[in-house]
Order: sequence, then C-alpha cells, then structure tokens
Amino acid sequence: MSILKTGGPGRFGGYGGQFVPETLVPCLLELEAARLAAEADPSFATELAHLQADYAGRPTPLYRARRLEAAWGPRSRIYLKREDLNHTGSHKLNNCLGQILLARRMGKQRIVAETGAGQHGVATATVCALMGLGCTVYMGATDVVRQAPNVARMRLLGAEILTVTAGSATLKDATSEAIRDWVTNVKDTHYIIGSTVGPHPYPTLVRDFQSVIGREARAQILEKEDSLPDRIIACVGGGSNAMGIFTGFLDDPVALFGVEAAGSDQGHSEALGRGTPGVLHGSYSYLVQDGDGQVIPAHSVAAGLDYPGVGPEHSHLRDSGRAVYLGVDDGEALDSCGECSRLEGIIPALESSHALAYCKKQLAEEGPGAEPLIIVNLSGRGDKDMAGLEAAAADGGATS
Amino acid sequence: MTELTRLTRELRDAGETALVPFLTAGYPDLETSRRLIAETAAAGCRILEIGVPFSDPVADGPAIQLASSKALAAGMTLGKALDLAAEARREHDLRVVLMGYLNPVLAYGPEKFAKACAAAGVAGVIVPDLPLEEAAGLRAVLAAGGVSLVDLVAPTSGDDRLAAYGASATGFLYLVSTTGVTGAGLGADIQSYVERVRRHTEVPLFVGFGISSPAAAAEVGAVADGAVVGSALLRLVDEAGDPDAAVAAVGAFLRETRAALAD
Ligand SMILES: Cc1ncc(COP(=O)(O)O)c(C=O)c1O
Repeated sequence: MSILKTGGPGRFGGYGGQFVPETLVPCLLELEAARLAAEADPSFATELAHLQADYAGRPTPLYRARRLEAAWGPRSRIYLKREDLNHTGSHKLNNCLGQILLARRMGKQRIVAETGAGQHGVATATVCALMGLGCTVYMGATDVVRQAPNVARMRLLGAEILTVTAGSATLKDATSEAIRDWVTNVKDTHYIIGSTVGPHPYPTLVRDFQSVIGREARAQILEKEDSLPDRIIACVGGGSNAMGIFTGFLDDPVALFGVEAAGSDQGHSEALGRGTPGVLHGSYSYLVQDGDGQVIPAHSVAAGLDYPGVGPEHSHLRDSGRAVYLGVDDGEALDSCGECSRLEGIIPALESSHALAYCKKQLAEEGPGAEPLIIVNLSGRGDKDMAGLEAAAADGGATS
Repeated sequence: MTELTRLTRELRDAGETALVPFLTAGYPDLETSRRLIAETAAAGCRILEIGVPFSDPVADGPAIQLASSKALAAGMTLGKALDLAAEARREHDLRVVLMGYLNPVLAYGPEKFAKACAAAGVAGVIVPDLPLEEAAGLRAVLAAGGVSLVDLVAPTSGDDRLAAYGASATGFLYLVSTTGVTGAGLGADIQSYVERVRRHTEVPLFVGFGISSPAAAAEVGAVADGAVVGSALLRLVDEAGDPDAAVAAVGAFLRETRAALAD
C-alpha cells in the first residue's frame, strides 16, 4: 500500500502533489485560485495573446531543415519549431509572460526565480522589467560561470543575481534556494518556477502557458504538409518545452520522444531513463537518487538539463507508454550543435541539441529508406553556450 | 492516547514549558552525536528531536543545511538515525521525535519505517514537506504502531487549516514561529499567533524555528507549552572545534535556557 494519494487535483496518475512546508500551502491555494479565475476571464487570454504576438514575436516559425535532412535521412522531412526565435531566445518566455500576469493579478510586488542555463532567468528578468516588478534570480555558481552571457543580460535587465554555492552549485541547488527565499517572503513575493516541476499547480500552470508551442506547431504542420507528423522530439530538463509541444499532439497518432541528458562519466540527468520515483522540490516524480532516498547531483554539458528531477506529468506519460524517453550524451549533443550550425546556419542551445542528436540517431538506426515526418522542438538558441562550445572544440574537436 | 500526547500533557499540567533540543543525527560525527544526546538528558530535557539529514532540505537555513550535508558525508542514513533514536530512548529518560523529509522515508518504505519507529520507541515523527493534504497516509501507518505524526502549522495557515490540523493532531502541534526557514529570527507577535492556534485545538503547542537565545525561549515559554531549539545548538557545535567543547557548550546553553523558562 502506498501512503501517497493517487488522484485529485494536481495528480498525473500517482505523480505530482504538493510536498512543501505548510507555510507555502496557502499561497499555492491562492495561486491555483488565481489560475482558475484567469482561465475564466477572457481579458486575461486577450492580454496574453497580445504580448505573445507583439512583444514575444509569436507565432514562431516551423522551418523545414532540408540540409539536415540530406545529411541525416535523405527521405525524411525534418521540421524545426523555432522557439529560438521567441523573444529572449528560448521557449522560457512563454511561461514567464503568463506567470507575470498572474503575479500582477495577485498583487505581488516581487518575483523570485531559479535558473540553470540562464534562459529562464533572462525571461523572468525581462517580464519583471516589463511590469516594473523587483526580480531576484538564484543561480548555481557552476552555471554563473558556464552561462556568463546570460548573467550579464539579467543584470542589464535590472535583476539581482544571487549565486548559490551549496551542493552541486547547479539548478537543483538554485531551486532549493529560490524556494527558501519564497518561504521567507511569501506575503509579497511570487515564485516564477521555470519548468513543469514543483508543487501543484505549477506543473499544470507551466504546461498550459507552454502549450502555445504545440497549438502552433499542429496548425503549422497541417498547413504545410496537410498531415500530422509521425513523431515529435523534444529535450527534457524539467520538461516544459517538451510538455508544451506534446500537449498539442497527445490525442493524435503521433509518437512522442523526450530526450534526457545522458551526460558523461561525470554523471547524468536521466530521471525518467535511469531514476526511481521520489519527492524533490514539492512533487512526486522520477528522480535520480540513491537507495537511501538522497538525491544524486546530476550532470550535463547543458546547464538547463542538469537537474536530477523531472516534471510529474512526464512520469505519468512514461509509465503509460504514451511518450518514450531516451538519453543522449554530452558528446552527441555537442556534435549535433555543430552540425546544425554549419548546415542550417542555426546555432541551437546545447539543451535543444539533445533533441537534434536523438533525431539524427533514430534516422541512422532506421536506415536511408525511412520516410518519417518529424518535428524537433528547437527550444532555444546557443549564443549563451559559446564559451563552452569553444572549450569543447579546443578539447577534442567535438564540434568540428 | 499516544505516549507523546500523554507526556506532553503531563508536562503542561505540571506547569512546565518543555525545552526540546533538535540535533542532526550523526553531526558532527556519530560518537559526538551520542554524547550530545546524553547531554540533553543530563540537562533535564525530556523530549528530543533527532533530525534525519536529507540532501535537499528546503525548509532549513544554513546551520541545519551544513549539519545535514556533513552528517550525510559521514555516512548517516535513516536506518542509522533510527538506531540512534532507539539508543536515546533506552539509555536516557528521553522521548524521541524524529524530524526528516519525506523522500528518505519513501525510499526506506513507509510501513517498514512505521514499524521501525514503533520498535525503536520513537514517540513522534515530523515531516516538514508533508502538509495536511498529503499527510493522511503516513499518519495512518504511524498511528497503527502508536506513533504520532506531528504536524507543523505556520503563521500563513488560515483558520480553516488550523481547525483541520487541530482536529487530527496527536502529541503536540508544532508552530513554525515565522514565515521562513530554520535558524532565521523569531517571528513577531508570538503571543497572538499562539492564542489564535489555541482556539482550534486541545493539544499542547510547541514553537520552533528561530529560537536562538534563552531570552527568546522565555518569550515563547510565556505563551506556549514547549520551545524547540535547533540551529542555535548546531551553530554552537560548529563553532566549538572539538567534541568536548561542543558537548560543554550545548549543555551550558540548555541549562541556561531551562533556567530562563522556569523563571
Ligand atoms: C533552451 C532550453 N531548452 C530546454 C531547457 C530545459 O527546460 P525544460 O525541460 O523545462 O524545457 C532549458 C532550460 O534552461 C533551456 O534553456
């Protein structure tokens, strides 16, 4: 018998829930009420749609990558959903625009956020600038170094960056510290979590704000190909860009592939592929942990995937078999980043490069006769990764 | 009535404010941890909280974070913390309340954990990341072995939530003094907070989080039935440098605080 509930609000199968200190529960209930009120209020959707169009530049293009097709699968059709062209350079802004409007409705004066790659931090700092709200971003010391350009962007946008040195000094520890700040300042502060993780209602809330990706992609592929794709491929850190695009195709005969970071001999971030269910940061979901229930620090060359947990809805999709999750290692991701840059003139984020690498790998396994219609969610652009890419190139020529 | 309910009421009826020390199991090492536990009993404490270290303690401030990571590095586990609790119960006049995050309990197996608690004589269990809505399952398996699940309430808990907590409480209710993590300062207006909670329950009320001095404990003691002191003790251990000094510093602090509570 399990001691955990298997149904009710915020549950995906048995996953999800609200495993947080009591101090935060009233505020999660307030957030859930604000979410439902916003859903019922047409002016909320109108304002969000306006910001998505005129501020963020949506819809983002669905682009056919013919030179990648020629290189990876001559009879395949590969489309890239260009979230890298979203304002601030990744899908993260979709969630932040929605959440900042909710924060304003709740009368919050201050925003806290965690960030790994810095993309969510930049998106949060951006919407705070737009709305004139104070912004504090927690970032692990390791990531402050490897994603330095984003640290500079956040500062320019007026955010305060607090460096976290605890634990592995990456996304997991930044998230813990953001939660501690929120517990302390809960009365006037809203926590904009950056992925489909955390306690209910966050996994649902973030998915809904990211679902614009899947809605657009579905309409675009029908328009261009008059057909649904055979498969969708997206990278999975916490899982927000993947949930955002998957949601548009859940009820269709479309195969869904989530790509986790298999890392290197230093470790991995494959919660779904190699983890077991447990509780971290407020929800029950697959987790990279040891036999005593202690969380094992993750590893990935992509800071945004370097997280030992994953969103609870992915755990449910994994168990039900509706989506399939696989791993791609650091080297494969670096290679694909280089190939996409040279062949298409698009520099993808190292996170998104994991999805590209799996696209290539699967086509190679299927052989040159395969004719799949594929959408890869290109979740972000790679400018932030230049220092790491140059170091990797100097190291072993992974990108050359 | 659980053992913890009986004891805490007995103390309350005797007019005594319980001083409840919190110590992280295995910090700074197993042997010193044993000596610190013995010292709490020698200082006259009757209830002891033993903290089970977790890799990601989101409700804790720097002192308990540090103690947890050092204890884990030295090999502490939930199983070993249960052994330590059994030993404390056996060798001293102490009732032990285990405080630990949910994930190690899930990994250990909740039913096996409940049995182990009962076998070790653990009187209560506090799980800081298990609020009311999620607690029913663990509360039931613990109760089967006569062990109380002790809930935390917070200054942000509204009257409806306090009423629900009050109705399911056994042992005592743990009032988080402030919106914040462990080791921050004591919250403002403790008196009206305690009075507000008391309207909803008969069980004794213990206040914790941020009691860092005998004076702060006395402030709490004026209105509550118990005061929990954790980060302040762990900071003394951290600053002491060697085990003898740590035990002496913790003992002196507890004696001084008990005296302040008795005034
Ligand atoms: C470009 C990009 N893609 C993907 C991710 C991973 O997050 P998620 O799995 O929530 O989409 C990040 C996170 O920082 C990112 O910056």
